[in-house]
Amino acid sequence: MATRTVTVGSATGLHARPAALFVAAAAAQPVAVTICTANKPPVPARSMLSVLALGARQGTEVTLEAEGEGAEASLDALADLLVRDLDAEPAGA
Amino acid sequence: MPDVLHGIGVSPGIAAGPAYRIGEPPRLPPPRLVTDAPAEIALAVGALASVAADLDRRAESTVDATAADVLRAQAMMATDPVLHETIADSIRAGADAGHALHAAFGEFRRQFEAAGGYLAERAADLDDVRDRAVAVCLGQPMPGVPQPGHPFVLVARDLAPADTAGLDPRQVLALVTEAGGPTSHTAIVARSLGLPAVVRCDGASRIADADPVTVDGTTGRVEVGVDEATMALAHEREQRRRARLSTSAGPGRTADGHPVALLANIGSASDLASAEADGAEGVGLFRTELLYLDRAVAPTFAEQVAAYEAVFASAAGRRVVVRTLDAGADKPLRFLQQEDEPNPALGVRGLRLGRRYPEVLRTQLDAVAQAARAAEANVWVMAPMVATAAEASEFAALCREAGLSIAGVMVEIPSAALRAADLVATVDFLSIGTNDLSQYTFAADRQCGELADLLDPWQPALLQLVAACTAAGRAASKPVGVCGEAAADPGLALVLVGLGVSSLSMSPRAIPEVRESLAAHSLAECQRFAEAALASADAAAARETVLGAAFTADSAR
Repeated sequence: MATRTVTVGSATGLHARPAALFVAAAAAQPVAVTICTANKPPVPARSMLSVLALGARQGTEVTLEAEGEGAEASLDALADLLVRDLDAEPAGA
Repeated sequence: MPDVLHGIGVSPGIAAGPAYRIGEPPRLPPPRLVTDAPAEIALAVGALASVAADLDRRAESTVDATAADVLRAQAMMATDPVLHETIADSIRAGADAGHALHAAFGEFRRQFEAAGGYLAERAADLDDVRDRAVAVCLGQPMPGVPQPGHPFVLVARDLAPADTAGLDPRQVLALVTEAGGPTSHTAIVARSLGLPAVVRCDGASRIADADPVTVDGTTGRVEVGVDEATMALAHEREQRRRARLSTSAGPGRTADGHPVALLANIGSASDLASAEADGAEGVGLFRTELLYLDRAVAPTFAEQVAAYEAVFASAAGRRVVVRTLDAGADKPLRFLQQEDEPNPALGVRGLRLGRRYPEVLRTQLDAVAQAARAAEANVWVMAPMVATAAEASEFAALCREAGLSIAGVMVEIPSAALRAADLVATVDFLSIGTNDLSQYTFAADRQCGELADLLDPWQPALLQLVAACTAAGRAASKPVGVCGEAAADPGLALVLVGLGVSSLSMSPRAIPEVRESLAAHSLAECQRFAEAALASADAAAARETVLGAAFTADSAR
């Protein structure tokens, strides 16, 4: 089981555009990834509604988990996305 | 033959194009017995897929980046795999597609609300996706403003702020509603976007999607099922009208040269730019509330001086009528404890706040006076919600103490209009706020759409109160203006001028249309229109008589 714990970097939290980018990236991974916060159980990272419902804000610690071939690389890519401030990056970048 | 419908024209202009109705949120029918679960699941998932495709298509065609993000996020909600699993489980347990959608979205809605803040506000986005999917399952049009992909005339029973928030004036040619009134949300939005609009249009429910229609926002005439030639003629008339308006300039005057000052209603210095573009001769209503909204404490003296100076500097050489703080009722302010009034419209609001918080009014007058000293604008001050001559004279005294030389009062309460002669004796001018004067004269809440007919500014009783004010003003040789939606109506403006009103203050965008209307009619004609309106049995008759006489020739040219 691969895991990564990172803090959310986007100014608006894991909402709106940052959430959409994260969920789209998670859906593109070869393995099923879950995401959770300290006080909520893991939910599928490719579920927009579940990810939004976590209510993660900027600075909230979230944990990613995945199993199988390519899990480590997938989590690296997704963790990298989470720590960036996606609101500060221009659309399409 | 086209079907001719009549409503109230609330925003001038002529439009022609295919009509599309706004979709109403679907009502969920009683639960249905499901015998083929896989087919039912396919129905629900298929509906969500078409909703997602529609949302993505709208995101692509939206220029507003934030709006596009919201639409894309909504599309991802519709394709959410966890949502789809929840719906499939619920259908396998016996629910039909519609009820399964409601249950699944309901679960996430609860989680969003529990999270609070930003997420709780997004619950409406969730409801919107759900309503769209349910509509598709039921074979109904999706709720909300239609997106046919080409310009169209929007038809609705009535429009809510949520419907008009994302209205694209390049796609929407005109608005037609069955309900509403001259002061309704539809009317206000139409005027601010410069879209022709007709409200209270009987028979609008008969208009079907893609019906070719013409809309005249001045006369309130809507023709359904028109041919190509009629549409082309309407386009031509609108182009001529726009050409006329774009060259419209200069001070307001009737055809025979009687001057009527055309002024702008503004909320801050930034509104002045558009006011100038439309040729406002000054500011007839500077609403100072903006400065106070969302404040835990009152703005400081220095802050106020800076805000007023900004407005006065941009209006150098012209009149600026400052209205003192008009809080209360529909505009509660946090730093004034105004909760717990059983009937806030009749409570401690407007000038009455000075009884409870005299220092707030005094600080404001001092700040206006300070800013006025440095400015080249001609600064007038007026108080809202004045009921008696004693209140008027007290306010005038406060203004003089602060060093402000021109003080007036607003006439919004029938008692003030009935005793206009006493009021005007103690102040320098009167300004009639027709919106509130209607509300208080007809005991009809401004925000109650069902009573829109009572709040119609063509009501003869309202015009009679205006006449009482202008008679008092004339006797005392003091100016009487109108600031309110009535002043922006190019037909009613003629009546008001005929009654003796000397200035009309409105949204800047409405000025060219009113200027052209005045320029096409003499003062004597306006006086005849005023007499006819006063003599009418009701608002509809007054409107019909005056518009029939004033604009028939216009429509033909």
